[in-house]
Amino acid sequence: IAAQRQDSHDPPFLAMRAALLIQRWYRQYAARLEIRRRCTWSIFQSIEYAGEQDQIKLYNFFGYLMDHFTPASSERKMISHLFCESEVFHDTEWEHYFCYKDIEVPDTYSGPHLTFPLCTHNVTELLEAIKHKQLLHSRYVLQLLGETWKLLRVLPNINVVSTCQSKEITICELFVLNSSIGDLHGHLEDLLLVFYKNGLPSTETPYVFNGDFVDRGKDSMEILLILFSFQLLYPSGVHLNRGNHEDHIVNLRYGFTKEVLGKYKVHGKRILKLLQKIFSQLPLATVIDRKVLVLHGGISDTTDLRLIARLERHRYVSALRPPKRQPREEPCMPGGSLSEGKRGCSGNSERRRVRSLARGTLPLCLPRANSTRTVEEELQERRRWAGLGASCDRVRYLSSNRDPDQDREVTETDMDEWKQLVDVLWSDPMPQDGCVPNKVRGGGCYWGPDVTRDVLQRHKLQLLIRSHECKQDGYEFCHDRRVGDTQTHVRAHTHTNTYIGDAVALYPCIQVLTIFSASNYYEVDSNRGAYVQLGPDLNPHLIQYQASRSSRDLTLRQSVGRTERSALQALREQLFAHKSELINAFQEFDPEHTGMISMRHWAVATETVLHLGLPWRMLRSQLLVSQGEAQEGMLNYHDWFRELTFTDPNNRLAHTGLLETMYRHHSNLETIFRIIDMDHSGLISFEEFRQTWRLLSAHLQTEISDEAISGLASSIDFNKDGSIDINEFMEAFRLVSRVRSQEGGRVNRGTPP
Amino acid sequence: AFLLSFPEAFVSEVHKRISNAFDVFDHEFNHTVDVREIGTIIRSLGSFPTEAELHDIIAEVEEEEPTGYIRFEKFLPTMTKVLMEHKFRPIPDNLLLQAFEVLDQQKRGYLEPEELSKYLMQEGETFTQEEMEEMLSAALDPDKNVIFYKDFVGMMTIDDTQ
Repeated sequence: IAAQRQDSHDPPFLAMRAALLIQRWYRQYAARLEIRRRCTWSIFQSIEYAGEQDQIKLYNFFGYLMDHFTPASSERKMISHLFCESEVFHDTEWEHYFCYKDIEVPDTYSGPHLTFPLCTHNVTELLEAIKHKQLLHSRYVLQLLGETWKLLRVLPNINVVSTCQSKEITICELFVLNSSIGDLHGHLEDLLLVFYKNGLPSTETPYVFNGDFVDRGKDSMEILLILFSFQLLYPSGVHLNRGNHEDHIVNLRYGFTKEVLGKYKVHGKRILKLLQKIFSQLPLATVIDRKVLVLHGGISDTTDLRLIARLERHRYVSALRPPKRQPREEPCMPGGSLSEGKRGCSGNSERRRVRSLARGTLPLCLPRANSTRTVEEELQERRRWAGLGASCDRVRYLSSNRDPDQDREVTETDMDEWKQLVDVLWSDPMPQDGCVPNKVRGGGCYWGPDVTRDVLQRHKLQLLIRSHECKQDGYEFCHDRRVGDTQTHVRAHTHTNTYIGDAVALYPCIQVLTIFSASNYYEVDSNRGAYVQLGPDLNPHLIQYQASRSSRDLTLRQSVGRTERSALQALREQLFAHKSELINAFQEFDPEHTGMISMRHWAVATETVLHLGLPWRMLRSQLLVSQGEAQEGMLNYHDWFRELTFTDPNNRLAHTGLLETMYRHHSNLETIFRIIDMDHSGLISFEEFRQTWRLLSAHLQTEISDEAISGLASSIDFNKDGSIDINEFMEAFRLVSRVRSQEGGRVNRGTPP
Repeated sequence: AFLLSFPEAFVSEVHKRISNAFDVFDHEFNHTVDVREIGTIIRSLGSFPTEAELHDIIAEVEEEEPTGYIRFEKFLPTMTKVLMEHKFRPIPDNLLLQAFEVLDQQKRGYLEPEELSKYLMQEGETFTQEEMEEMLSAALDPDKNVIFYKDFVGMMTIDDTQ
């Protein structure tokens, strides 16, 4: 120290000490920021997954009602349409329903006019129009979708793609790359950014789009139009895999249904119906050079690509429902426009010929059948594995209680196939070995590195590329072949908001790559997007990006702060919505009702009620604003709730238990309303509304009297004719899902139809 | 032995804090974290170690044969000591300000980004390009394109409590 003192006025030495100090200080600051970001991240993720789980629970709830609850016949009718196949039409009849020819395009329409078959000019015009926020006319939408449906119908379940086109072409150039795009979720900016960086899709620039094109973002329809039009133009240049959001039941909750109905008020229903068909016809996976498997969610220990290749995917209109049964006779199509390769006349027993992955080289690997169990038990076991909780009775009900001439039962093969499909669309990887049901999402499973090894080996594959999970950097590797159950983490990159183009080389032993292409998924600057390029060497090259939402770059501190505030607000809403349960939980630790509870008990109780698995103690300071730890680490929880409601902008919701219930279930409510509104007219009758409430209250196990419901209804100005406009109703309670205020765009929140 | 002199409840509180911070990075739920995250964990608990001090800690908590992972059982006692003994104390504002003033040789009240980058990327425990860019994005005045360090220091400290 004495030596230091001697030199202490020596400028270079001082400069060094100054630098040291600043560096030490700044690194501390950056670390605190990082941990805040991680916490924020886990908040969003856990709420998101809880939401998905909720959705499935809700769906199963209706099923449960159908089985066990004996509602009045009108109520039964109301929800039974969910489970009944009203569509017994054959394809020709569908073609008629979807016909666009009678739709006139007015002269006032200034958007693109498409001609079919599509040419490059059409597609460029469409792209330009979309960039300028023009809506494509519903006539052309239906026409485009119709052509897409025809194309998809003849595709196999598993796309087979090679990086080298054909032997006639001279030696493959290095530029013949496939680009795999992960979840886009209606984020148009990201798609356009990728096209800008990588080039538009074509035969020379082939793309694989790995599912989840829709929901959450506001431009899902436009993304579909772009993808489908490029596919029609270059069928060998665009390969689409189905995601779990290509599912009309999921769309009811996550915004796509609402988007379409909002943009296409007259023909929206038809468009949605046609999209249902299209979604069910999307291929389930893509295999590149017989070595790389690309699919949306993941795999399970029973995944069998041969089975997947064989099943009839169009029967799975929604992955949440057992397969649609086949009509007794498939009529032979009288030639005509839709026949290209249509398998029409074969009848039930013949399996479709499909270009299968297995050319006699795969070892057979079937799920183990337990011969001591009855078929009944076996089926139940499989269903439990499928993680969807479909009751035995319901499946029978579905099988039998419809049109009398369609009483073919759901077979065991159906259940196996259904499970294969659900696993592909819904599963997530986990670091530990094994395979367990995915309770967080409510569908599919969690699979470990040992399963990856087995499945890849069995099918002679070397890499699995999937999406389904949002990743901060837009991608993540896992399941290293070398080290048993260790998950390799890629170092987080700097979170500047500038447009960057990093290419990362492959880790040769990593077996699973998650790719996620929707940047800013949870909030502005929450994460980057990425896509992967595969050349003939099958070495994945990753490109990251971030679509910037604001013209001014946010600093790291600001972006973390903003995302954090958003997450905390979402969390406060959850807390508020569970007020009664929380108070009950707190009172377990406070039997004398002093109103005080220790911080430790607060954390325990909150987790017990919310099941979000969050680090509550770390979040404490953010959620307990003025309470702090004033009285020796004790919290006055009534005061805390009062304060919570104060920070809640929807102040009026604080009052009655009924409103609190509604608020908590608002996303369910909207879904329920949309389900009830069978014809998508945007109106439900007052009586239907009341019945909805009664059903919901049965589910919630709360007592909501008819009087209370009527009182509620009268506090909103309904039309005298007793019909309720869904949008107005939801808007009245501000229960429509949040649309970020800085986004303008085509769809406005709560606009009456 | 020194731990006995502190009330048990206090120690238990400290343990909980350390455990919570550790859990955030325990991705496999097996009470280990990647060694590269140790710095973040230690700093998030309020300590201001230098990089050199950090390396010493890591050496202490690593396995005999380093695996790239740190186990909680080894981390806890070391970190508890760090917190109890207030090692790696925070830097008072005035000292930080003085540090910037030292670098501001012309005493203009601001620093050019090139100047600051030169110091921080060449002197002391040098910043990486990434770290420098991050800091600049926060510190740079967008209009004048310089760093008004007095404001910067003030801003960063207020932000802390938000």
